[in-house]
Amino acid sequence: MREDRGIFKKTDRWLVIIYIALVLIGWINIYAAVYSEEHKSIFDLGQNYGRQMIWIVTSLIIALIILLFDSKFFSAFSFPVYLMSILTLIIVLIVGKVVAGSRSWFQIGPVGFQPAEFAKFAVCLALARYLSSLDLDIRKVRTRLFALLIIIVPALLVLLEQDTGSAITYSAFLLVFYREGMPGRLLLIGAAGALLFVLTLLIDKFILVGLLIGVTLFLIVFIRRNRRRIILITGSLVLAIVIVFSVDYAFNHLLKPYQQSRVSVMLGKEIDTKGAGYNLNQSKIAIGSGGLVGKGFLNGTQTKFDFVPEQSTDFIFCTVGEEWGFIGSLVVIGLYIVLLIRIIQLAERQRSIFSRIYGYGVASILFFHFAINIGMTIGLAPVIGIPLPFLSYGGSSLWVFTILLFIFIKLDTNRMDLI
Amino acid sequence: MKNIYSERKYVVIGIFLAVGFIFIAKLFYLQIINKSYLLSAQNNVIRIITQYPARGLIFDRNGKLLVYNEAAYDLMVVPDQVKKFDTLELCNLIGIDREIFTHRLKSIREYSTRKASVFEKQISKETYGYMQEKLFKFPGFYVQSRILRSYTYPIAAHTFGYIGEVDNATVSSDPYYKPGDYIGISGIEKTYEKELRGVNGVKRIMVDVFNREKGSFQNGKYDTSAVKGKDLWITIDADLQLYAEQLMAHKKGSIVAIEPSSGEILCLVSCPSYDPNLLVGRVRSKNYEILEKDTLQPLFNRALQATYPPGSSFKLMNALIALQEGTTTPEVRFPCNGTASVPIKCSHYHPAPQNMLGAIELSCNPFFWRTFNTIMNKTRDIHDSYNLWRNHVMSFGFGNSFSSDLFTEVKGFIPATDYYDKYFGEKGWRSMTIRSLSIGQGEILVTPLQLANYVATISNRGYYYVPHLMKSIESEEDYSRTRVKKTTTIDPKYFTIIVEGMYNVFEGSMGTARHYKVDSLDICGKTGTAENPHGKAHSIFIAFAPKDNPRIAMAVIVENAGFGATWAAPITTLLIEKYLTGKTKRKDVEERIINCNLIGD
Repeated sequence: MREDRGIFKKTDRWLVIIYIALVLIGWINIYAAVYSEEHKSIFDLGQNYGRQMIWIVTSLIIALIILLFDSKFFSAFSFPVYLMSILTLIIVLIVGKVVAGSRSWFQIGPVGFQPAEFAKFAVCLALARYLSSLDLDIRKVRTRLFALLIIIVPALLVLLEQDTGSAITYSAFLLVFYREGMPGRLLLIGAAGALLFVLTLLIDKFILVGLLIGVTLFLIVFIRRNRRRIILITGSLVLAIVIVFSVDYAFNHLLKPYQQSRVSVMLGKEIDTKGAGYNLNQSKIAIGSGGLVGKGFLNGTQTKFDFVPEQSTDFIFCTVGEEWGFIGSLVVIGLYIVLLIRIIQLAERQRSIFSRIYGYGVASILFFHFAINIGMTIGLAPVIGIPLPFLSYGGSSLWVFTILLFIFIKLDTNRMDLI
Repeated sequence: MKNIYSERKYVVIGIFLAVGFIFIAKLFYLQIINKSYLLSAQNNVIRIITQYPARGLIFDRNGKLLVYNEAAYDLMVVPDQVKKFDTLELCNLIGIDREIFTHRLKSIREYSTRKASVFEKQISKETYGYMQEKLFKFPGFYVQSRILRSYTYPIAAHTFGYIGEVDNATVSSDPYYKPGDYIGISGIEKTYEKELRGVNGVKRIMVDVFNREKGSFQNGKYDTSAVKGKDLWITIDADLQLYAEQLMAHKKGSIVAIEPSSGEILCLVSCPSYDPNLLVGRVRSKNYEILEKDTLQPLFNRALQATYPPGSSFKLMNALIALQEGTTTPEVRFPCNGTASVPIKCSHYHPAPQNMLGAIELSCNPFFWRTFNTIMNKTRDIHDSYNLWRNHVMSFGFGNSFSSDLFTEVKGFIPATDYYDKYFGEKGWRSMTIRSLSIGQGEILVTPLQLANYVATISNRGYYYVPHLMKSIESEEDYSRTRVKKTTTIDPKYFTIIVEGMYNVFEGSMGTARHYKVDSLDICGKTGTAENPHGKAHSIFIAFAPKDNPRIAMAVIVENAGFGATWAAPITTLLIEKYLTGKTKRKDVEERIINCNLIGD
């Protein structure tokens, strides 16, 4: 027992407090989103908020159990967990239940379970375990490719389940690579590529190419002395033009029409408030109508009356925005940012490389979900169905994010050890 | 433990902060700067339902209910809130096919996607019953209750007018109306629209995206209740109107009866007419089209809008003017050579020469030509004489509209001198040129209403109250807008001999209407036959009764019926008898009139 007390003493209070705050905010807003006069009891298991209560309680139990584990366990079982996760992803492809077009659910009795959610933390563990191997040299191409493979295999399986949203989540691990020594310019090139991607969809491709050539010529004239740079810049131009045309081709020929219109709506090209743009428009109306201080608890009309679809899962932030206004939104965003920065700070103080990489993995995944989910509700990201960590309704996601975070909290209690 | 890349944590934290900042900035814009989302939110969930009040009832002068309301239900749609549903079920429910459904929804969408529009008008009560239960299956649709007019008797269609959907011009100029609202389009419904319509109420109901009502918005804080329209008592006597319309069956023409002591219109008949119930609800536009195409023009209100030469009934006017101007006296006699008379022949065979009294009784044409000639020769210039004459004529209400509460009167025509100047040249016309005016023919045109007012004025011996239809409006004490007295330019004393002459039209041994004399009633009248270039002459009769303290004055015109004495006179006397005694004794005359078909179909 004395040892246990020691564990709790070393547990980072900031993370636990923020975690509990976010989970409670989530529950309050789920309650508000489905609240109706007929179902007032907060333990009504027929309602989302009643069930979410169970998920919260079980999550807390899971968190407690994790804290009681030995840290070495997570490192040791990284690969088995990862392989098991891959296996369930394959099995779900065969026997899974189709929900909203994705074959990504196991239905066990009344409980639905989404392997893709669990794969996130499995990948996180496996990546940390692999990259922290003592004899590893990150600068070797072979190492990088293998690390990439750890991510890409589950991502492809999830993609096969038609769950594009979750598949994209895996790109979050780029941040981990960056921290562990991936050349910084790759991140910049990635950002430039994303910018080019967006511009291609917004501007006519020939005008864009013209602009790119113009900028290149200007740069060449400006730095004509340095031949190496001129070659580099010209090379970039050729690459950029290739990207522009391939993005254009991919968008028009490879994406499904609904995906095309989601992207178009997000970029503001298409204002279709009934079809593809319905969710986004209603979501913006809900959030926008909140004003500075919001309409007050249970007074949100947009979310409560189901104008915003999936308002207790993917669009839970609408309820926050509508009922608690700008102030409430600020608090939630603030909590996330503090949580993320705190994780990074803790990760940096780990003696064990495994713990540090795992911490970065947790931060990356949480950050990606946070950025895409809130971004989509306010029209800054395409509508991809991924949950808002700790707030969204749903057992699988709450459990996974809890496990993800608390393993890190556990690892942090042993920060001075080499695991 | 630090390693060479540990500085990169700042880049990672920087990315987190940047994204957080972008979100906050965007939220600041959405929630605080841009107010349009707040508005959208209200439109989204609050359904504004207009509470249509009951339209005011219309009673006749004796308190008989003439026009009342029946409930109807409109199926409304808010295109924005329509979601995928079983269209076939809805189509079957309201009995339309799918193509019409799609087409209708499309055109409504083009008008407005956010505002509620009528999808199907006046669904039956049975359908409404089903609808109430199934409505939740059709998101975006709801039922709005409306008021439809209903009529106790199929009479006085032109007087009542009808209500219909408000037009776009009115919607844009009068904020009270919204598209789809009903408004009085003609008749009393139009004139007294403001009183009859009441005040629309507004109810704000919150609905969710599945069209389920979630109770009133803010406990009804912003709701207003509908205020019932005011009831209207009109001057029409329903029994008289009904009887008049029966007598006019299968005839073209009109009857206007006025109470001389008040100017109240007792009956206003234009035939052929139609059943006002035809222009109600769903069938209105279809029936309107049928009525509009009818060659007998049942929609045309002849009593107010048709103009005729007044014929011999106008001889009284010339006698009055000549007496007033002193160009003749009651004793003056003029010769008559019957059909051999010049310049105007006389079709009545009677002893000659006659004085004024006899000339009225016998309707002697040459007498009134000579009398008219004395007026036109009073001054040296025909223009001055004619203007004297015209002023007197117009003081009886001819050549102008009364501008009371009657819907679309026409002015008739009493030409000014420049009309003749233009036609004949300034020096090109004289008394002889316009001789037809002496016997009420020629250029002058009058409406049946003006003719009735003219006889009412004679019965009042020189003044009239502007004819009108409103007797009283619920809780309104001020009748000044309908009780307007007008005095003519003729001295009351000159009317005595005219009234006496009119009395002799019935009572005299050779009176032109002596066959229709009613025992115990002192009726005074004058026949008229308006020549008509298009066919048989119009039969005209004007009369009032009793001779002293008259209670009713009326003008009857039966188109293409021939002599005034043949048709218009018996109709007049039957109506006067009915009005004054409550019944009619002369069943043979009544039967002959009712069964007579003068339009030949």
